[in-house]
Amino acid sequence: MAETAGGRAARAACGLLDHPVRIRIALPLLIVLVALPLVAQILGADYYTGVVSRILIFALAASSLNLIVGFGGMVSFGHAAFFGVGAYAVGILMQYGVTSAWISWPAAIVAGAAFALVIGAISLRTRGVYFIMITLAFAQMVFYLMVSLKAWGGEDGITLASRSRVGLGVDLASDTQFYYAVLLVSALAFIVMARLLNARFGHVLQAIHENETRTAALGFPVYRYKLIGFTIAGAVAGLAGALLANQTSFVSPALLDWQQSGIFLIMIILGGVGHLYGGLIGAVVFLLIQEIASSYTIYWQFILGAVLLAVVLFAPNGVMSMLQRRARA
Amino acid sequence: MQRRGQCDIASFSRARWRGRSDVNGILIIEQLLNSLQFGLMLFLLAAGLTLVFGIMDLINLAHGSLYMIGAYLVATIATVSGSFWIGLAGGVVASGVFGAILEVSVIRRLYARDPLSQVLATFALLLMANEGVRMIWGSSPLVMPMPVGLGGPVRLLPGLSYPAYRLFIIGAGLLIAVLLYLLVTRTRIGMQVRAGASNREMARAMGANVRLLFLALFAFGAALCAVAGGLLGPLLAVQIGMGESILILAFVVIVIGGIGSMRGALVGALLVGVVDTAGRTLVPLLFGALMGPAAASNAGPAAASILIYVLMAAVLFWKPQGLFPANG
Repeated sequence: MAETAGGRAARAACGLLDHPVRIRIALPLLIVLVALPLVAQILGADYYTGVVSRILIFALAASSLNLIVGFGGMVSFGHAAFFGVGAYAVGILMQYGVTSAWISWPAAIVAGAAFALVIGAISLRTRGVYFIMITLAFAQMVFYLMVSLKAWGGEDGITLASRSRVGLGVDLASDTQFYYAVLLVSALAFIVMARLLNARFGHVLQAIHENETRTAALGFPVYRYKLIGFTIAGAVAGLAGALLANQTSFVSPALLDWQQSGIFLIMIILGGVGHLYGGLIGAVVFLLIQEIASSYTIYWQFILGAVLLAVVLFAPNGVMSMLQRRARA
Repeated sequence: MQRRGQCDIASFSRARWRGRSDVNGILIIEQLLNSLQFGLMLFLLAAGLTLVFGIMDLINLAHGSLYMIGAYLVATIATVSGSFWIGLAGGVVASGVFGAILEVSVIRRLYARDPLSQVLATFALLLMANEGVRMIWGSSPLVMPMPVGLGGPVRLLPGLSYPAYRLFIIGAGLLIAVLLYLLVTRTRIGMQVRAGASNREMARAMGANVRLLFLALFAFGAALCAVAGGLLGPLLAVQIGMGESILILAFVVIVIGGIGSMRGALVGALLVGVVDTAGRTLVPLLFGALMGPAAASNAGPAAASILIYVLMAAVLFWKPQGLFPANG
């Protein structure tokens, strides 16, 4: 990527802590995403509309994790819990006849946030490796809870009767309309997260990541900032879960499994930890590896593992860092 | 897997308990023996994990995979040789060698890295181990025969008989725990290990051969995993993913016990063993007595399944460094 001297100066002026959503990157991306279903329809490849919906949903969940891991320095290994809780919120409400997206999607956000608040309040008393394991254990607790609750499907999960109803003449049962709903929701959530990062809140969060003691010495209530960040990430993950529940029309404890948490972490390390687009790029790379490798061999997870190991050992900050390094060189 | 073994015993004793309510004590003894057996096997995993963790500062998600690979190796060698004991010995040695190879090829590069990289690299190893085992042994679980002579029950008390093999596991677990204790507290290597756990830099400065120590420790941890996997093999199905549920329990154990502490690992493992096993039997019974059978069948298992996590949260709330902090 060739960068003009002016651009470089502008970036220096923004400072280390700002991650502006640049129009020249964001706008073409948005145009491509908006045009995608039309192109797919013309080419007769409707299948890909669903694939990209899925990528966007996972990108949303991974971006929310990147918010706390990449910018807040809180390596959570339990993010699938909030994702799954959001999905279950939609599934359970639908089981009781509540089909409106205006109720169940906010409910998923609230559920994700509530679980994140409680789990975070306990987990954030610890740090480092302890924090990783406690978030992991809490996520497993939610997993076993859902497995044992027979009233809500237990191990078999819940099959949704339909997708959520929005009204306003929109029918989510259509894959194209659902795609636009996903695009709208995830773009909004992404902008909110980017705004947060560039606001005072995000700056404090990144300062905590850089040096927690110093930030505390400057008078910031470190624990409260971290907890709020953790809760916001949980809320966004809950929203992503609600979208996924709608896409697959199925909710099961597998969504809460610790491997799912691992996959979100894989996505952000593939994309770039602490990079604004890390979650999106990671989701694309991961799902592409899955799609391509699984068409060659049933042992595709072996290939995934090998790629992941290579990335961790040789490109520690993900794909984006390699692009950046090349841009600087 | 573990769950299934435990549940069989649990439902068996529950049925009998309903029939004769005066054998309350026997049920409790039986549950305590089950807890002890489960706790000791958990200890074998947690011991390796806590050493690797406390001394090398490495969070190893592939520890459960070493347990799985150990169980497969023991089962395979036992089947080929026709003897459980040759299988156990061979599998344990082979797992130790495998652990050493893994340390030299991958793990060694991770010591200086941040926890996120370690988590992801070892998670990658876990994925590769699962698929690798599937490639070599296929998807269906292996069945391991009981060693000859330990198949039947033993009568411990009037009205209480207990499977001989489970008693053997308890004995073996206790023996290994004592040996480990002596190794850590009474030998030169143990001294270096403890020095490494409490202050790595200082241990290095005092001349501990850290490179070799790490290699030996990792291989030793892998061998302990194989002991646990091999011993549990005849009770449970040897299958892919068997290491993962027990891995997370082992993490809970070392978080409760305090990372790097052998004593903490033992106490934590026994505590988790009791709470998990006894909870699965006693909590539904308790719920049944308090709220009726409907509530018991629905809420009982749910409450029992989260008990150990509640325990862990409670320990962390009051003692964030665990019960027996090794560092400092």
